[in-house]
Amino acid sequence: MRIALLATCIGEAMFPRAPRATVELLERLGHEVVYPQGQACCGQMHVNTGYFTEALPVIRNHVEAFEPVLDGAWDAVVVPSGSCTGSIRHQQAMVASRLGDEALATRAARVADRTYELSELLVDVLGTVDVGAYFPHRVTLHPTCHSLRMIRVGDRPQRLLRAVEDLELVDLPSAETCCGFGGTFSLKNAPTSTAMLEDKVAAIRSTGAEVVTAGDYSCLMHIGGGLSREGAGVTTMHLAEILASTRETPAAVGGAW
Amino acid sequence: MSVDLGMPGVWAPKGAAQTSGHGAHPADPLRWGPTFPEAAAEALGDRQLRRNLARATSTIRGKRAAVVGEVTDWEELRDAGRAIKTRVMAELPELLLQLEEQVTARGGTVHWARDAAEANRIVADLVKATGETEVVKVKSMATQEIGLNEALAEEGIEAVETDLAELIVQLAGDMPSHILVPAIHRSRAEIREIFLARMDDVPRELSDAPAELAEAARLHLRRTFLRAKVAISGANFAVAETGTLAVVESEGNGRMCLTLPETLITVMGIEKLVPTWRDLEVFLQLLPRSSTGERMNPYTSMWTGVTKGDGPQAFHLVLLDNGRTRALADDVGRAALHCIRCSACLNVCPVYERVGGHAYGSVYPGPIGAILTPQLTGAAGHGDPGSSLPYASTLCGACYDVCPVKIDIPALLVDLRARQVDGDRRRILPGAWDVAMRGASWAMSSAKRFAPAARSARLGRLLARDGKIRSVPFPGSLWTRSRDLPAPPEETFRDWWSRTRGDGDEA
Amino acid sequence: MRRRRNKATTDARTEVLDRIRAALAGPDGVAVGGTGEDPATTVGRPSAADAVVRHYRSTGVHEPGSPALIEMLTDRLADYRAVVHEVADASELPAALRRVLAGVRTAVVPPWLDSAWVTAAAGAGVAVRTDAPTVPLSTEALESVEVVLTGARVAIAETGTIVLDAGPDQGRRIITLLPDRHVCIVRAGQVVQTVPEAIAVLGRSPARPQTWISGPSATSDIELTRVEGVHGPRRLDVVLLRS
Repeated sequence: MRIALLATCIGEAMFPRAPRATVELLERLGHEVVYPQGQACCGQMHVNTGYFTEALPVIRNHVEAFEPVLDGAWDAVVVPSGSCTGSIRHQQAMVASRLGDEALATRAARVADRTYELSELLVDVLGTVDVGAYFPHRVTLHPTCHSLRMIRVGDRPQRLLRAVEDLELVDLPSAETCCGFGGTFSLKNAPTSTAMLEDKVAAIRSTGAEVVTAGDYSCLMHIGGGLSREGAGVTTMHLAEILASTRETPAAVGGAW
Repeated sequence: MSVDLGMPGVWAPKGAAQTSGHGAHPADPLRWGPTFPEAAAEALGDRQLRRNLARATSTIRGKRAAVVGEVTDWEELRDAGRAIKTRVMAELPELLLQLEEQVTARGGTVHWARDAAEANRIVADLVKATGETEVVKVKSMATQEIGLNEALAEEGIEAVETDLAELIVQLAGDMPSHILVPAIHRSRAEIREIFLARMDDVPRELSDAPAELAEAARLHLRRTFLRAKVAISGANFAVAETGTLAVVESEGNGRMCLTLPETLITVMGIEKLVPTWRDLEVFLQLLPRSSTGERMNPYTSMWTGVTKGDGPQAFHLVLLDNGRTRALADDVGRAALHCIRCSACLNVCPVYERVGGHAYGSVYPGPIGAILTPQLTGAAGHGDPGSSLPYASTLCGACYDVCPVKIDIPALLVDLRARQVDGDRRRILPGAWDVAMRGASWAMSSAKRFAPAARSARLGRLLARDGKIRSVPFPGSLWTRSRDLPAPPEETFRDWWSRTRGDGDEA
Repeated sequence: MRRRRNKATTDARTEVLDRIRAALAGPDGVAVGGTGEDPATTVGRPSAADAVVRHYRSTGVHEPGSPALIEMLTDRLADYRAVVHEVADASELPAALRRVLAGVRTAVVPPWLDSAWVTAAAGAGVAVRTDAPTVPLSTEALESVEVVLTGARVAIAETGTIVLDAGPDQGRRIITLLPDRHVCIVRAGQVVQTVPEAIAVLGRSPARPQTWISGPSATSDIELTRVEGVHGPRRLDVVLLRS
């Protein structure tokens, strides 16, 4: 398949290893990955903070960058982020429509229909659970709110992780509870956000895992920030990084991020 | 705090609510105290409160999950609940008139109140007409919302709360902090202290065992129930088709109030209707499992007008607007009016669990409060603490998943945020958030601008030691006060792609 | 602001209804029905009635009164810490009632409780008094009675609920409220599986005052810990008559 990648703004600037791992993984599975050069951001941060007007040009740019998927240029769009996928699916068309751009809303909805979060793409579109990965570490999964409740990936990440050779997956207590990030919530309500983070970090530490993984680097940036501040010695890694790891080129573990 | 982060500033409370001790009640039960972030920060410092909330909410979450999990058609019930409420809103005038006709035909009297003051006036006059100076009350959000007890006190009428949690709150001179369990912020030890200090007939050797505390309340209220001539209740449901009212409860205090007195006055928000008798079969499944986490609550009372020889022989129904028609005119508000006050969204909310109900500055706290309160009050401007409520959420979506009538609370919160932002566009000087968001919009709506912007993050590496950044200036300090930041990468993804895959413009 | 209440009330009624109609009409005076889910069946006025889809279960899989339902009801009632006594048929009921009421001195019954049950209670040495809407006992009298003995209108197995609708074998609401113990006799045929089935039964006379009872009085107001026995009867006995 020819798959177009949305690297996501945070993946672009702060965590390029997540989109890189996505590329390496999909290429290893025999697919062609394309990076549409016009991409920037899905607009989620603006939408969730209430800046619809400011989100609109960001959304328009995204739709224009990925619209070739509708003409068969690519078979699908992959996003290594549950919350960006959620925003593309549930917010882009809504915002465009709210601001009176019905044409853009329709286009956005059509592009969204062809857009998949990474675990969705692997399990549902590519029909793969065992991606041939090797990761000899004790791992726990933070399932992330938007993956769980906005796009409902269910147990796809767990199924992918269980199929990884030598990976020990341990349950995270209160896994489904938010880590407290919430985008600008982490700044506007910093003390409350931090209280939530403290509980998440304590839950992660209680598992004895070396690595905490998730399908979203925004949550991992927050969780890693707490782990690092506490000197917890637990590493955050995107699901794609673990799935891209092989016996030949095993992923390195260490540091908070 | 002098820096504008787009958050509402301090609002001068008309009367601050007390979290402990015998204090003054706020003049407006829908807006009191400071803004949410300020109140939340203070609440977070109360370790006892956090323990109480964590224990109580995790207990109720577990119970709810178990009893909802065993219902095979839960999603179908939610769909029906939502559809029925949609119908109620669309046909509200006809349904209210039908209810009025049915209640009147069965010997009841229907009153209409535009606002809190009018409702309080009606109730006070009805009580005075009986010559009584004491009334017993069933727990009711509507009467909390209008500050009925305080209004009656001014008229020389004592209102006795008979629900255990409401009694605890009343005795402590406190405000409720939860829709279902108003005293959820209190531990058993605190409740024992409140009883010892405020109940004249409590044994000094009272322990803090919940059973003993409940027994103390039973004995304390028994004589009051038996002598009461007037009761005041809310309503969980009113059936337009039959004129039937329903109160869902646990302790039997509701039955006492609805059965023993001669006069019953029910205050009900105009949105609490269901069109048909059959609709009860949906809500009587959704409410108890969502609310107390039981298959069914111990007692549900239903009455239709007056029944000769059984129960109160005078029945008054007060239909309350108090901002509901304002909410109805608005699509967010209309969705919020679907709420059946089960409180499931509070119990699953990670924000509510950490800060408690008082931080929301309204008798309607938690996720539903964050949308309902500003809709009922019409809060908009920065001077109103209600305007900070839409930001009191990480949009984690747990509330939507448990809502028995499928109110999409996260989406509605985003909507309210957008209105606030748009409302501020008239300001001459933009706030810091406005500037930041406009700049980000400019940078993120074009790859040509975004690529260099992303690359410039690399400058942050100058601040990093050992791969992390421990401190940055304001406003980044809001983050680094409690969490580290990762050192930005040497190479953006785009640059890596160009280096390894070539430019190969595909777009 | 002393207006005559009559006038004020009329004004409020008109004004609230006007506000609602204005709110529903939307800013352009165009009806904005529900949330877009409602098919417009009549011109200009969306009728949401047809949109209420009832894909949930309206009946259970078990016939009313079937052994599976008796078992389910028993299980649910036990969960609420109600005491359940099963009786095979009517001939065993007097003996069962004597056991249940052992040691009880006073009881109240509604006007038309099965006379065999009343006789059985009296045979157990209980002083039985009758309360009727026309000849009611005083509150004080009811307060001092130990037990109330009634029938029921319908019982719901899935939720462990017994519903009284003030029928002649159930009496006024007050009699099942003040005594500290409620002994309720439920016939197997009255046991349905689901809430909708019970609503259908009760819908034949919805205007009667109803009390839905699911276990004894309880509270969870202190740290969400359930405590049985607050203001209502602290003990609930259910005598299940299997045939």
